[in-house]
Amino acid sequence: MPIVEDVDDADALFKALADPTRRALLDALSERDGQTLFELCARMTTAHGLTSSRQAISQHLDVLETAGLVTRRREGRYTFHDLDTAPLAPLRERWHHPDERTPR
Amino acid sequence: MRITLTSVLVDDQAKALDFYTEVLGFEKKHEVPLGEFAWITVVSPQARDGVELVLEPDQHPAARPFKEALVADGIPFTAFTVDDVEAEHTRLSAAGVMFTQPPTRMGPVTTAVFDDTCGNLIQIQSPVSE
Repeated sequence: MPIVEDVDDADALFKALADPTRRALLDALSERDGQTLFELCARMTTAHGLTSSRQAISQHLDVLETAGLVTRRREGRYTFHDLDTAPLAPLRERWHHPDERTPR
Repeated sequence: MRITLTSVLVDDQAKALDFYTEVLGFEKKHEVPLGEFAWITVVSPQARDGVELVLEPDQHPAARPFKEALVADGIPFTAFTVDDVEAEHTRLSAAGVMFTQPPTRMGPVTTAVFDDTCGNLIQIQSPVSE
């Protein structure tokens, strides 16, 4: 069963962000694009103190990919993961403090 | 019991011998013809009596799917120790070696991962000096 039962884009996005391992994966990718699954697993262990299995990390990446936050890029015999922050932009636009709407 | 040999599965022994000696800088220690293939080992010039690396043909039907699956996920099955990962990354990149991971701090070591052109990813690592 997939971890995310995708209802709409916002649901997929919030579900993707609602997990510390997935946020750590985004942190790792924000340091450098183009990482292999191996590198991301190594970073999770050494930099974030997470001991998830490779399979679990791969499934977390599936969720992030569904939400559009991570893209997988096949290059020759390798697969690299890139960060895409575009889906986050609507969050900034969605809620404004009332002061921002009503000129004082 | 002692560990004196370790192996990499290579798709072409002649190409592997070239890469592991000419590019990486190891030295050939043994080359014993065995029909279609040969028993070839290389050693580090820094440890000629040390562990020998066997360049083993990947002829078993299970070997190549195994190697391809590891490479697709970026997994280096073999690792070598170097004095300075950054310097080796610079030297090997200049020699045309493809890296899937540039030098990166991983806890107590700095690591990098490159393609040996024979179907394997290899990690090089050095301790972080602080």
